[in-house]
Amino acid sequence: MEAILVEELRKRYGDVQALDGVSFSVREGEVFGLLGPNGAGKSTTVRVLVTLTEPDTGAAFVAGHDVRTHRVEVRRALGYVPQDSGVDVFGTGRENLMLQGRVQGMGGADLRRRVDELLELVGIADAANRIVRGYSGGMRRRLDIALGLIHRPRVLFLDEPTTGLDPEARVEMWSEVQRLAHAESLTILLTTHYLEEADQLADRLAIVSQGKVVVEGTPAELKARLEGDAVQVELANGAVEPAQEILARHGARPEQVIEGKTLVARVENGGRALPGILAALDSAGIAVASVAVSRPTLDDVYLHFTGRDFAAEDRAA
Amino acid sequence: MTVIRHTAYMVLRQARNLMREPIWIVTMVIQPMIWLLLYGQLFKNVTRLGGFGTTSYVTFLAPAVVIMNGFFSATWSGMSMIGDLEHKVIERFLATPASRLSIVLSQIVRSALTAAIQGFLILLVALALGVRIHAGVLGWIVILVAGMLVNSSFAGFSQGVALLTRREATMIAVANAISLPLLFLSTTTIAKKQMPGWMQFASRFNPVEWGVRAARSVALPGTSWSTVAWSLLLLLAVTAVTSAWAARALRAYERTL
Repeated sequence: MEAILVEELRKRYGDVQALDGVSFSVREGEVFGLLGPNGAGKSTTVRVLVTLTEPDTGAAFVAGHDVRTHRVEVRRALGYVPQDSGVDVFGTGRENLMLQGRVQGMGGADLRRRVDELLELVGIADAANRIVRGYSGGMRRRLDIALGLIHRPRVLFLDEPTTGLDPEARVEMWSEVQRLAHAESLTILLTTHYLEEADQLADRLAIVSQGKVVVEGTPAELKARLEGDAVQVELANGAVEPAQEILARHGARPEQVIEGKTLVARVENGGRALPGILAALDSAGIAVASVAVSRPTLDDVYLHFTGRDFAAEDRAA
Repeated sequence: MTVIRHTAYMVLRQARNLMREPIWIVTMVIQPMIWLLLYGQLFKNVTRLGGFGTTSYVTFLAPAVVIMNGFFSATWSGMSMIGDLEHKVIERFLATPASRLSIVLSQIVRSALTAAIQGFLILLVALALGVRIHAGVLGWIVILVAGMLVNSSFAGFSQGVALLTRREATMIAVANAISLPLLFLSTTTIAKKQMPGWMQFASRFNPVEWGVRAARSVALPGTSWSTVAWSLLLLLAVTAVTSAWAARALRAYERTL
């Protein structure tokens, strides 16, 4: 069964078409990434799914419940970790968790046990009775996640979970999310504008651009659709044309020549093609200074499917 | 009931946060003390004009200061809502099954409870100044309840303004715009008999005046219990109306998300 099903969501804010027909589905138990630059419509999609915003048209289901007609059931089934914390900074971590549990209908010994368990799980047990204002950014983020998990939801929404964290805390958060997904047998939908984050965390992902899902698949599938790895061959003596012919004969499509001596070509499997290419170049008497094979990145994927450069678009937004 | 339970939990949160900044409660009590101690002394001869029902101006003033304090602090009560909105605390609750009504009610209840505590302190100081509430313990209770109801009437309004504007500057402007006019269009500081006719008339429609009327009626001899009952009922009705308006303002805020 699908944990999340989104069909043709549209939402307009004034002149801005924030969502322009977003559709995708998330299977139970998977970590699904919505990847896109700032302003692409990721957060709006999440806000519709957690019942904070009503779509203009379209349908969405979380754990089988319609987000438009069965809001309370949806709110019980999901945990939401918003981009902007939302913790009460004047309370302690434990107080925040207790209140969150109570409005989720929990109480008594069960709630107290769950709070202790989560404080341990996200690693802030030592700071449980301290006022949140004194927490570091990473600790607050951990508390945010614990708040989202208090009622043992089946689906967890993480909106930009690592934005604002330093690189070290970010990597730590990645392994945390993976561990939680496993420990709590969760379905996770996360939004991110970090390509490497989607690559690291998501079992599957959808690339969102200008209010639409451009493409959906596993990171490996999406990269495979770029038709191959990049092979770079730096020539020692600049015999570009004969070298290009040899590459082409080995199934490598020439893409560009850098500084008149480095050939860049796409080939389905770089590692397998390279020995043959090198042997052919050698027997043709073309000296090679260096070679490199690189797997395609999500940067390449984004460029390929949207025709736009990810970093430039992210900055522009 | 879910609403009552959730309101209680949320009041607890706000009360705890308040207790962590006791300096805030102290400063909130200083202003009414100034009215009681300085203003009360400054105008102590005003009772010679007649119509005050007592020769002791501070006895006349003290119950009304409880009401005034409840009123003033209510006009500011939306500030804590704005803080919660800014910290996205409200948004987090909205993504849970938390009762919507309890989100605004808890702010109003917290505000009214604070007013009651401050009112009690004011009455204690008044007691030290020799003020005796004519109706005794029941009188104390009526004065505090009237203070709470005046507070909740305007706290509902203040919460609505907070949710609709979400700006501290607007909040301050609104608080300033209504506090002095409504104070002077009441018998808080002066006997009704000494007010110009049109102000006497206008004061009839002022919820602050309803509170003052009830509080003063139990403080001075000749208590009219029907006046007390009517005034409190009217204030309860206003509280219901402004609270409902605040709840609608929360729905309007939800639609902006």
